[in-house]
Amino acid sequence: MAEFTLKVNGTKYKVEAAADTPLLWILRDHLGLTGSKYGCGIGQCGACTVHLGGEAMRSCALPISAVGKAAVTTIEGLSKIGDHPVQQAWNEVDVPQCGYCQAGQIMSAAALLKKNPAPSDADINSAMAGNICRCGTYNRIKEAIHVAAKIVKS
Amino acid sequence: MKTPNIQFDRRSFIKVTASVGGGMMVGLSWTASAADVDEYLPLDPITFNAFVKISPDGVITLMSPNPEVGQNIKTAMPMLVAEELDCDWNKVVVEQAGLDSNKYNRQVAGGSGSIPASWKPLRTAGATARLMLINAAAKRWNVKPEECTTESGVVLHKASGKKATYGELATEAATMEVPKDVQLKAIKDFKIIGKSFKAVDNKKVFTGKQEFGLDFKREGMLYGVVARPPAFGMKIKSVNDTRAKSMSGIKQVIRFGNKVAVLGNSTWEVLKARERLSIEWEVDTKLESTADHDAKMQELLGKPVEKPQRKDGDALAKFEGASKVIEATYEGPFLPHAPMEPMNFFAHVKEDSAELIGPTQNPAPARKAAAQATGLPEDKISVMMTRMGGGFGRRLNSDFVAEVAEVSKLAKAPVKIIWTREDDMTGGIYRPACHYTYRAALDAQGNIIGFHARGAGLNVGNPLREHNFPAGALTDYLAEGHNHQSNVTTGPWRAPVHNFLGFAEQSFLDEIAVASGKDPVQMRLDLLTQAEKAPVGDVRYKIDRFKSVIELAAKKANWGKAPAGVFQGFSAYFSFNTYVAQVVEITLEAGQPKIKRVVCAVDCGVVVNPSHAKNQIEGGVVDGLGHAMYGQLTFKDGAPEQNNFDTYRIIRMADAPPVEVHFVENELDPTGLGEPTLPPIAGALGNAIFRATGIRLRKQPFSLNGVKNA
Repeated sequence: MAEFTLKVNGTKYKVEAAADTPLLWILRDHLGLTGSKYGCGIGQCGACTVHLGGEAMRSCALPISAVGKAAVTTIEGLSKIGDHPVQQAWNEVDVPQCGYCQAGQIMSAAALLKKNPAPSDADINSAMAGNICRCGTYNRIKEAIHVAAKIVKS
Repeated sequence: MKTPNIQFDRRSFIKVTASVGGGMMVGLSWTASAADVDEYLPLDPITFNAFVKISPDGVITLMSPNPEVGQNIKTAMPMLVAEELDCDWNKVVVEQAGLDSNKYNRQVAGGSGSIPASWKPLRTAGATARLMLINAAAKRWNVKPEECTTESGVVLHKASGKKATYGELATEAATMEVPKDVQLKAIKDFKIIGKSFKAVDNKKVFTGKQEFGLDFKREGMLYGVVARPPAFGMKIKSVNDTRAKSMSGIKQVIRFGNKVAVLGNSTWEVLKARERLSIEWEVDTKLESTADHDAKMQELLGKPVEKPQRKDGDALAKFEGASKVIEATYEGPFLPHAPMEPMNFFAHVKEDSAELIGPTQNPAPARKAAAQATGLPEDKISVMMTRMGGGFGRRLNSDFVAEVAEVSKLAKAPVKIIWTREDDMTGGIYRPACHYTYRAALDAQGNIIGFHARGAGLNVGNPLREHNFPAGALTDYLAEGHNHQSNVTTGPWRAPVHNFLGFAEQSFLDEIAVASGKDPVQMRLDLLTQAEKAPVGDVRYKIDRFKSVIELAAKKANWGKAPAGVFQGFSAYFSFNTYVAQVVEITLEAGQPKIKRVVCAVDCGVVVNPSHAKNQIEGGVVDGLGHAMYGQLTFKDGAPEQNNFDTYRIIRMADAPPVEVHFVENELDPTGLGEPTLPPIAGALGNAIFRATGIRLRKQPFSLNGVKNA
């Protein structure tokens, strides 16, 4: 067990945990931030996606000891009142079925739009390749990313 | 007129999630749709019936009794009530009901049955409450109820100009006699049903506030994981838990039956401790492998059954002397459900009662299973359903509920058991593996004079749906199904049996069309005409509805007129009382098929919420394509060979084609959509691939045939 200092959604936290504990379980079990989901534990499904220093990162495969000083943003901290363009677009398109993967999808999409404010379908396919939606809402996710890009532009 | 303005009337609500949400202020305007009761707690709600509560301050709370698994039933069911109650959808709050068998019927997410089963009862509940409000107003104003009307949550008496909101009338109205035989609205008068309202929980889903089973936490709760046999047919020989018990954060290690539970303070700690268990396993029964399964099914396909599932005329006799006989065998593997949220459940079993909370599609049997596991009477066990991260039938089973109940009882503590992805995929209850051989005898004109379907499946029960079209259109038809017991556990998987049978059947109909030189669409229409003019035996499908949906898909896809380089495949299937016809269009890119478009026509009667109906349809198509392309769970010595998404491939965005949805418009009672679009889609894809390449894919997944992706 060791003590780690983390900056999550703008707040500093001190947590005591084994050094190999994945960030995902620190967020969920220690900090009560359950918006990031467990889906596979091996970085294959993207349900656990957070931003680390602004980059999309699979938190299930990232040990707490490797987080360092980089700021962590989770779905809970993506926007103050739930009005990030991606969140707005997700509602506009009425994307979800079960909704379990959507936090990870939204975090991946937000990271994509930050780098590429007007992505093509191919850009979207590539950026979202790491996020599984078992319900098959991919077409709506793609449409919502285009809608979000328009919101960002305006 | 005084209408409560809920959006700005903060006194109407107590924010119950403020502490969790970090002081987020949410107005109802965000979703421009109904809100969830977790965000707003109406004051002093007055209960009208099991579905309707109205607060004197005007807030209308509608209960949604069925489990939410992504079908958006928590939006659809309250819409049925709100329509007849005649209130403003944007001003209602929706509350998930727990299991209550006295109040509700069929609290199940399965069988594509929630909407059909609630269509009249839920509308009646809304209409009944509305009439009680009218009667209360009429009494107060001393006018006849028939002279009163309603509009958006207000009762009006036009002659006198009197008005009262439902909130103002609620206290009085709830004491009125409950009217019988209430009149339901005519479909043309619908204001809510038929509109694409957003899902009520969207806001919570998009901000990470939505609680799923895996997110549930209770003070003092122990996190648990379970070591289960690594293969079907194995049992525990010995357990040494010394090292596991000594690990940080571990509270208890409990052996129960053929399993060992590790309980502790956090998920990661119990996962690590489980790795330190030393368990010796031994063979209990037979260890089966996929090669054994396949050989068994092939053997059975060579044998007749004692009692056929359906026999019209004498099909076998027709094969002698036929101009042409075609025969094809289709092979479908076991599949795991792999919902994004793995199995998990919370139980707090006390001396005389128990509390169960978690993701279940089927809470009543879950309670029964927990009663059996704990010895408690069912009426001492409560079940609350959390939103589920998918189910696909896996959560119709109650194994994981009984398990946590047993562990909580033994631990004498509240426990939440979590399954890892590997636990979930290997500790399964799977879609049964099935093989089918179809044979058709054709006359010189290519007409079907004999038809023979024979299926064999593992723990499938009846592998056939013997009344499926073209049964009813053919004088000589034989359907035979074999079931073989395996020690691999199986259960319902989205569109049970239909999910692979639909592929086999729709591929074979295409093979008949090719062999007889007929157009596959016209051939189906001709067979339906045959069933109409000279029906044979039991005809379960409505011929006009089946024809309409086929014609709609063909028209919308411009069937038969695809541009050069585009190849079309057709399928049409009736299941769960819903009619579906599909066209898949592919091109070839470097010799590999690439799906360009799917056109899906559906007759599900009245469409309650088009946005969510389309979502289910699109999802069924994408799910069906993904599993046809990549899905298989194979076994070696009783152990599944795939255990996570690195070895078990799920369809991803780049492989999901655009899906065009077209509804047959009618005013018939609605039927379900969770399942019916999945069974035929793989057939449409296989048929398109045949048109493009001349290669007939009869075994799933298609990736085994060298098809890399589509």
